[in-house]
Amino acid sequence: MDLLRRSIHRVLRFDMTMSLAVLTLALCLTLSRSAHAMQIQDVTSPGGIKAWLVEAHENPLLALKFSFEGGNSQDPEGKEGVSNFLSAMLDEGAGDITSSDFQEQMESLAMRMRYEDSRDAFYGNFETLTENRDESVKLLKLALTKPRFDQDAVERIRGQLLANLVYSDRDPEKVAAKEWFSVAFAGHSYGRPSQGTAATVKAVTRDDLEAYRKRNFARDTLKVVAVGDITPEQLGKLLDEVFGELPEKSDLSPVAQTTPVKGSQEKWITMDVPQSVAVFGLPAMARKDPDFMAAFVLNQLVGGGGFASRLMDEVREKRGLAYSVYSYLQPFKHTSIFSGGVATRADAITQSLDLIRKELQQVADQGPTPEEWENAKKYLIGSYALRFDTNAKIASQLLGLMEDDFGPDYIDKRNSMIEALTLDDAKRVAKRLLATDNLIVTIVGQPATATADKKG
Amino acid sequence: MTQSPGALSLLTWTLSIMLAILPSQLHAQPRTSEFTLANGLQVVVIPDHRAPVVTHMVWYKVGAADEPKGVSGIAHFLEHLMFKSTDKIPPGEFSKIVARLGGQDNAFTGHDVTSYFQRIAKERLGTVMEMEADRMVNLRLTEKEVTTERDVILEERRSRIENNPAAVMDEQMNATLYYSHPYGIPVIGWEHEMAKLSREDALTFYKHYYAPNNAVLVVAGDVTTDEVRALAEKTYGLIPANPAVDKARNRPSDPPQRAARRVEYSDPRAGNASFHRDYVVPSYLTAKPGEAEALDLMMKIVGDGATSRIYKRIVVDQKLASSAGGVYSGSGLDYGTISLYAVSADGADLLPKIEAEIDKVLEEVRDGGVTDAELKRARSSYIADYIYENDDQASLARRYGWGLALGRTVAQIEGWPEALGKVTADDIKRVAGTYLELRRSVTGYLTPSDGDAHAEQPAPKNRT
Repeated sequence: MDLLRRSIHRVLRFDMTMSLAVLTLALCLTLSRSAHAMQIQDVTSPGGIKAWLVEAHENPLLALKFSFEGGNSQDPEGKEGVSNFLSAMLDEGAGDITSSDFQEQMESLAMRMRYEDSRDAFYGNFETLTENRDESVKLLKLALTKPRFDQDAVERIRGQLLANLVYSDRDPEKVAAKEWFSVAFAGHSYGRPSQGTAATVKAVTRDDLEAYRKRNFARDTLKVVAVGDITPEQLGKLLDEVFGELPEKSDLSPVAQTTPVKGSQEKWITMDVPQSVAVFGLPAMARKDPDFMAAFVLNQLVGGGGFASRLMDEVREKRGLAYSVYSYLQPFKHTSIFSGGVATRADAITQSLDLIRKELQQVADQGPTPEEWENAKKYLIGSYALRFDTNAKIASQLLGLMEDDFGPDYIDKRNSMIEALTLDDAKRVAKRLLATDNLIVTIVGQPATATADKKG
Repeated sequence: MTQSPGALSLLTWTLSIMLAILPSQLHAQPRTSEFTLANGLQVVVIPDHRAPVVTHMVWYKVGAADEPKGVSGIAHFLEHLMFKSTDKIPPGEFSKIVARLGGQDNAFTGHDVTSYFQRIAKERLGTVMEMEADRMVNLRLTEKEVTTERDVILEERRSRIENNPAAVMDEQMNATLYYSHPYGIPVIGWEHEMAKLSREDALTFYKHYYAPNNAVLVVAGDVTTDEVRALAEKTYGLIPANPAVDKARNRPSDPPQRAARRVEYSDPRAGNASFHRDYVVPSYLTAKPGEAEALDLMMKIVGDGATSRIYKRIVVDQKLASSAGGVYSGSGLDYGTISLYAVSADGADLLPKIEAEIDKVLEEVRDGGVTDAELKRARSSYIADYIYENDDQASLARRYGWGLALGRTVAQIEGWPEALGKVTADDIKRVAGTYLELRRSVTGYLTPSDGDAHAEQPAPKNRT
């Protein structure tokens, strides 16, 4: 077992949207230093499918990342979890190839293909060695266009999904996060459990999987990034082969814009665990809001910057109340939130949350110190290049930009945008972002009163 | 299961191209260079000029298995305390300085190694090397820092272990697997011992083990060997060696494993009932030539993913489990392990049946070995993993740092794909016969106990 000083699973806490969103922002912060080395090409296939390409021929590898709009917000009522189900079914046989043969062929080709759903999109990740590219691409195409959904495979995967639900229902972090969304977005699709419940997962049929695929896998919302050992011409052909037969138009249900419910709330869920876990969150600015970048820098100094952030300083470094305390800014397609969490022993959870509230309100009222503000900017600007040092990371970054409807040129503007933000911006946006009047907190654990005398 | 002619021919074809690609893949090695400073610090440089960033890691050849008896957790606790202060770095500033420079830093502790790293723009490499060299010997600790941070590691233990029944089970099985060797003690430490860890414990451990002649420096990224050499001489090169560090790493070793053991653990939060089995086997460091590679390939075939024998038998065909698999961990200095698991598809009653079926799968490997097709697929899959890893300088830095810190050579690390190529189906049959013996193992059943942990009693209160 290895132990990290700081827990690093933070950005993957909910789903892929978040990691993409978060990374995207950082990407926005400019790449001037590495931009010269990284040329983003706009490629349009003979059949009219567009993609961004970064050629990199040092290693005989290709990373392809793509997304379809929709995600689990498109799960039909009563069938919550269907997109998550689908994400686990696409390597379970396609065309004439049944499940285990498909898996064996993938392994023989050493190709990697996995799918993930988020609140707003369905993601594909594909990697191949150059020497096996043509064969791997055939399997990728089959998976997207002709998944078999054999009854046997459907039931096997359903069993795994149900088992996962049993575990996540007993995982205090997951329960707290799920409850937070359910409280904050009651009545909206964001409030539904993204992986469904035992009842809804049991209700999903083969036809539901196929219906979701048909409605969501279409060229009009497809976004593709390729990074690696491939030329624009080769990529053009690949795009037509893999995606050319998908329907031109998707058939998405409309999702309303929303905000977390107003008012401050604290909801306790009792669970017999040695350590209590809390999730907190506030409404935040949309990705395209002119104040978004300032909010992003604020998050860095409040709780997004590890040891260089206030919450870590107050809760962990000064008082030893927790191992993990953090925040992040998460722009969804139809809302945006500033959220965070803390885990601590039952008799310290109230104190930790009080500290967090106090710090958020303090930054809202007075803004950050000039030093905090400049340091956060320095980190975000300076660390930007770290997001681009592998093919797979570059592909994720670029896909995030595409999803947020930015052009490749955005990368070069980002640095100066952050640079230009002033302490006045910080104060103005902090008032808007961090006032705790609408703070929603969900806590899983044993109420402190009941356990004050038995630590851990 | 039926299969169309088309699928068959595709399969045949893919197998033949795998044969074709193996030789060229073997050339896909990063160009590393290696040297040692006069004070004994080993240095490895892995150039990667694709992005203007570097990964800088220092690996100490010390871990939790080197702790004195009764002070479990001190290696990991010290790793936390290394971020406090030195004469040059004010309290709590280490990570903040790195962040101001646009860098990221962290550290981790295992049974055999402790590692500190920064990822940062290449222009800053000299600064982080200076900082890392400084805290190799100049750490300062106050009582207050130590007691506060001790609360943090106790919270960390609650997060990682106490809140997670599978982690508790794992800890119990490990403690049962080893008789005397400290791999049986969790890296994070036993809670009652952690609660007593002191400033003096940390400093004693630090002064003994943290020295250039007990460390490996790895720099991967946009640098040249000459640049790294010059910077290393100016920073780490100024620190004298510590002759007191014992190169031998004398740890208690285990007597022969003579009896199969069983562990049963029930917890209201356990979720679905699950089967676990761990065997003590040799590691890459202790195995006879070729045996660790054979164990690795065997477990790929037996337990890795949806194509593995265990998954196909227990999950796909017999539907006894919702998931199942197994893995060989061969990176330990003194021992390796084989671990198997399966999550019951239908409650604790199925566990004995699952166990019997898994034992049957293992017996088939012992008696009949594996097929050439399985072996080829497993081998090319591992080699591909190795190639994919070359895309990531941080992974490369880990690959070399870990290996060298355990005493392997660059040639051994880079020779791994070739060594895999030499393993035959007979080799696998032989290691299966030698090592898949119940007397070397602990079998565990983790079951949910009565009283569901998920009893929800929402008590909302509005704050104004």
